[in-house]
Amino acid sequence: MADLPPNLMYTEEHEYLSPTEEEDVFTVGITDYAQGELGDIVFVELPAAGETFEAGASFGTVEAVKAVSDLYMPVTGEVVESNNALADDPSLVNSDPYGAGWMIRIRVKSTSDVEGLLSPEDYADHVG
Amino acid sequence: MTATDQELRQTPLHAEHVAAGGRLVPFAGFAMPVQYPTGIVKEHQAVREAAGLFDVSHMGEFEVRGAQALDLVQRLLTNDASRLAVGQAQYTVLCRPDGTALDDCILYRLEDRYMVVVNAGNLAKDRAWFEDAAKDFDVEFTDRSDELGLLALQGPKAQEILEGLTDADLDGIRFYHFARGEVAGREAIISRTGYTGEDGFELYVAAGDAAHVWRALLEAGEPVGLIPAGLGARDSLRLEVGYILYGNDLDESRTPLEAGLGWAVKLDKGDFVGRDALAAQKEAGLRQRLAGFVMREKAFPRHGYEIRVGGEPAGEVTSGVLSPTTGKGVGLAYLPADAARPGTGIEIMIRDRAVPAEVVRPPFYTEGSLRR
Repeated sequence: MADLPPNLMYTEEHEYLSPTEEEDVFTVGITDYAQGELGDIVFVELPAAGETFEAGASFGTVEAVKAVSDLYMPVTGEVVESNNALADDPSLVNSDPYGAGWMIRIRVKSTSDVEGLLSPEDYADHVG
Repeated sequence: MTATDQELRQTPLHAEHVAAGGRLVPFAGFAMPVQYPTGIVKEHQAVREAAGLFDVSHMGEFEVRGAQALDLVQRLLTNDASRLAVGQAQYTVLCRPDGTALDDCILYRLEDRYMVVVNAGNLAKDRAWFEDAAKDFDVEFTDRSDELGLLALQGPKAQEILEGLTDADLDGIRFYHFARGEVAGREAIISRTGYTGEDGFELYVAAGDAAHVWRALLEAGEPVGLIPAGLGARDSLRLEVGYILYGNDLDESRTPLEAGLGWAVKLDKGDFVGRDALAAQKEAGLRQRLAGFVMREKAFPRHGYEIRVGGEPAGEVTSGVLSPTTGKGVGLAYLPADAARPGTGIEIMIRDRAVPAEVVRPPFYTEGSLRR
């Protein structure tokens, strides 16, 4: 069974949003379920810090051996950091999706947008 | 369960794949493992560094016997079967009269018959083609596909693993040769062939023996790093060494000459189906040919991506992969003949971005353990 941390928010496109010490900054990655479905991830394309994306826009791609998937912005915001470690070792997304395999940190335009995302229970229903 | 799932056929190793946690996907009408929990990259590495075991029982096997068996295979296949000694195999192509390819095959010469190994996805049309042609020859044609299991043991440790399980003299089996022997106590055709660029064997066994042999090999090979490997690793392994895949890099719209398989087309062997068209195409010169390319920056070229030459659309990727061994994006594509020359700069359209690549002559990986 895929790991589903209770303190995160989720999207139907299998991204998660994880709170940081700053109230309006969140870490974004893909869920354990998503990495399992994709299989071995061999290349991750991420945006540079400073780029802004609307909710639902593609902010990057993840290349598994068998398929490529877009990464979708969970809420509108600005990229403040990208996980450079994934350039050298994209398999971190497989081995530790909620930890070392995170993708970007974003400063959200409005923290209230985050409340519209899926709870762990709702996401579990979605993938169930 | 959908109707499609119900219609999928199972190989004799289906229960082994399920028990091993294989991820089964539809492939040529069969439920086949694309990977096991180890993952495609580790399975790929295992074959390059130690050994992997593949179920390729979905492949089809035809037998041709009788006084005119040689005449029939010479008539239908492009390579020269008369050059085969008993115990030898050859790569060959099944063509239509216009020279386009129905399938690519391996032809084995046994003591009293020929065995033609065909792609699972082409089995029905190939069988119809053979059966129709066989009416004009004194031969007995039999489709043995359902009676046989086929296991591919591939990697630098393949011989070491197999040696402990067989009485056959493996050193005596050269590349594209085979012998009959017992593997784990069951009768087998032991063929030094494969689709990975590594040394290795393909083992033809009775369907009912396949699971026994599979388990015996995995047990014997486990100490030296043998793991089961799926279709995903099989595809990335074959592409790294530039082997074509029927359905991607060759199909009914292409001739073997365009696909770079001229070495398996023997125009001087006598008449055969497609000969005149192929001779004419060779004489006129190829307008397009299958070329290899390597990306100049890190990117994953995929089947269907557009290729541009001089800024203009010039074809599409037929097979592509981010090579697990070299870390570079590599692939195959049909290009205009003048653009297919090694060193030509081309561009692959990856999500609206033109990513530079260079035409190179495959293989893309040359360090394999295979010795010809």
